[in-house]
Amino acid sequence: MDRRSFLSLAALGGVSLGLGATLAGCSSSQGGTGSQSGAYKAPSKDLKATISYAIWDVNQQPAMEKIIAGFNKIYPNIKVNIQLTPSTGGAYWTKMTTLAQGKNLPDVFWMNGPHIQLFALNNQLLPLDDLVTAGAVKKTNYPKALVDLYTAGGKFWGVPKDFDTIGLYYNKDLLAKAGVPEPTSSWTWDDIKTNGKKVSDHFNKSVFGFAGDLTGGQTSWYNTMLQAGGYIISPDHKKSGYDLPGSIKGLQFWADLIEAGISPSMQQLTTTLANDWFTSGKLAMVMDGDWETAPYHQAFGDNLGVVELSKGPKSNQCVIHGLGNVISATTKQPDAARAFVAYLGTKDAALVQAEAGVVIPAFNGSQTVWAKSIPGLELQLFLDEAKVASPYPISKNTSAWNQFETDILPAAFAGQTPVATAAKQLADKMNAALAKE
Amino acid sequence: MSTSTAEVTAEAARTGSARSSAGLRRLLPDGPWPWIFIVPTLFGVAVFYLWPIVKTFYLSFTTVGVFGGSTFTGLANYAQLFTDPQIPRSILNTAIYTVIVLLGIPIAIGLASLIERPGMRFRTLYRTLYFIPYVTMPAAVGIVWRLIFNGDFGPINWLLSLVGIKGPYWLATPGFALVAVAIVGLWMSLGFNLIIISAGLREIPQELYEAAQVDGASRFRQFRSITVPLLTPSIFFVMIMTVVNGFQLFDLLYVMLGKANLAMPQTQSIVYIFYNEAFIQNNQGYACAIGILILAIIAVLTAVQFRLQRRWVNYV
Repeated sequence: MDRRSFLSLAALGGVSLGLGATLAGCSSSQGGTGSQSGAYKAPSKDLKATISYAIWDVNQQPAMEKIIAGFNKIYPNIKVNIQLTPSTGGAYWTKMTTLAQGKNLPDVFWMNGPHIQLFALNNQLLPLDDLVTAGAVKKTNYPKALVDLYTAGGKFWGVPKDFDTIGLYYNKDLLAKAGVPEPTSSWTWDDIKTNGKKVSDHFNKSVFGFAGDLTGGQTSWYNTMLQAGGYIISPDHKKSGYDLPGSIKGLQFWADLIEAGISPSMQQLTTTLANDWFTSGKLAMVMDGDWETAPYHQAFGDNLGVVELSKGPKSNQCVIHGLGNVISATTKQPDAARAFVAYLGTKDAALVQAEAGVVIPAFNGSQTVWAKSIPGLELQLFLDEAKVASPYPISKNTSAWNQFETDILPAAFAGQTPVATAAKQLADKMNAALAKE
Repeated sequence: MSTSTAEVTAEAARTGSARSSAGLRRLLPDGPWPWIFIVPTLFGVAVFYLWPIVKTFYLSFTTVGVFGGSTFTGLANYAQLFTDPQIPRSILNTAIYTVIVLLGIPIAIGLASLIERPGMRFRTLYRTLYFIPYVTMPAAVGIVWRLIFNGDFGPINWLLSLVGIKGPYWLATPGFALVAVAIVGLWMSLGFNLIIISAGLREIPQELYEAAQVDGASRFRQFRSITVPLLTPSIFFVMIMTVVNGFQLFDLLYVMLGKANLAMPQTQSIVYIFYNEAFIQNNQGYACAIGILILAIIAVLTAVQFRLQRRWVNYV
């Protein structure tokens, strides 16, 4: 073989190698249907089985191992193997979708709001209504919004594991320097604007007054849309609420903040995320999820404060999201899996999570331990908010319209397109996507 | 090859053996062993490269369910492809990115000539240093460069501020974002190009330079008349690879720009749209059609380059 044909071949090889990598992602196989059900009866204590349990958060793994140890006191012969897949960049969900295509889903796995209807309504999960009928799981033990989140097509699919609500965190030091009072639960949107402006002006915009993460709605615009009387998706998950007057007001709030220089600009918030602005001491107040409590406390200690969200035109409601434990429709060990999920839903399991302090357990009454997990910081507000919170907005193919949100809204927040126009455009695209579900 | 075929034919004629036997011998002129050695590789190529392409082609004519299962919908995906307003812009973005990364080839030639100079010390060290970015995970590279290009706290804008220039929000401003990503792409490809071109340089016979010196050719003349022409096969190879890789821009873009970026419409590449359709929108049939479009674009560009090489590539 001469040099010429070698180089040509090598080049062609490169072409096909590269393409193979691109195209491989396209390949898919037949999915599974089928589900096992039947009246649930707790299996006998000496049931021998091995089941897998997929999770994505390494920080919660110790607590999960402790819960499994508790479960093994009742069922010593059921071995539970934890499979950890970090969720960064969507790796967990790509993996679960692929496993589902090969009918290889883990027996029990963590589920979240955006994916529950996708998996449940495509026959990938085992319905858990038998557990409820048999009294092994009681829906009243969990916040209603979470039970609703995991109910789809009239069936119950996931036992709530934990939840998140949103609070207003503030840096006492920065507020004091700017001569601004600390926020209270009676604050309104106007208080945020007036006092936030004072901070930005005082520091000549080297420090900003207030911001939220505008790369996703959960900690920012979802809440303000609710607070102004709008909603993101109708309760039957069929219709977009983005074009409602209240929703538009809730979106306008953020555009106004940016225009007034109270918040960093949209460009600044995409290249340095809101929580980074706050932890680096360049932002005095931020709306964020309860999961940031530990990192923020680590950064500021006693200088950190947190309070309920400020009141909008209608309310100070926030969205509540939480994970659930679900069972694969193709599990070969349905009895062991159901016994394990029932145990994961107990107060014992919830208390282990509460003591670990990483997340708020979903089981009512077990959360007080969590609320006191950081001395000097009153976290009860996150639990109070949960009672009136609105379920996280989802539909069967949530990620489809989530992408329209991040495609269309940034230009509106940045003042490049009028908020009402963007909201209408988003509502139309979202409704078209919902119609296809 | 031709000689062995002739031998086989001659032998078949001599012995007058059956046709099927001759066919078998034509297939196995050297006995079964060569095939036994390449079958595992052929198998791998067939299963992991050819089959996915065939399957992708098939799926591009279907609507695919999230968890598998497809229904044939004919040309619907392709009809959508030609009316999707994102597609032309993303092809343009990808082409601009590729052109900027191609500028890395002259840079690599310059660097390789410096490193391969006779008597150069620490040659291996330099080669290693330039090669490291190429073998580093693009996601990690993307995260570091995201910090470097940061509009408020990044070192680039800090340096610019020293001379009184207010730097832009590199990664969130249309135009700048694509250039910033392409600069990183160029930087990452430099090491690979450098190694190939260095190897090409070392294959040029020393006698040619000696002869040129005897004839009184200047250094520059030697570079222009000996080095560059004899380097063209390597340059051609590197060009093909750069274009192929350029049209698959995804991970750098995904990591460096992040979510909800204002500059995304003017920056997103065609593979980025493929990813969105396949894994975010769960629209895998349409994504496969985009995959086939990418295949077609790369195939055409490569064919054109192979065609044009006759005009400028010199094989010794």
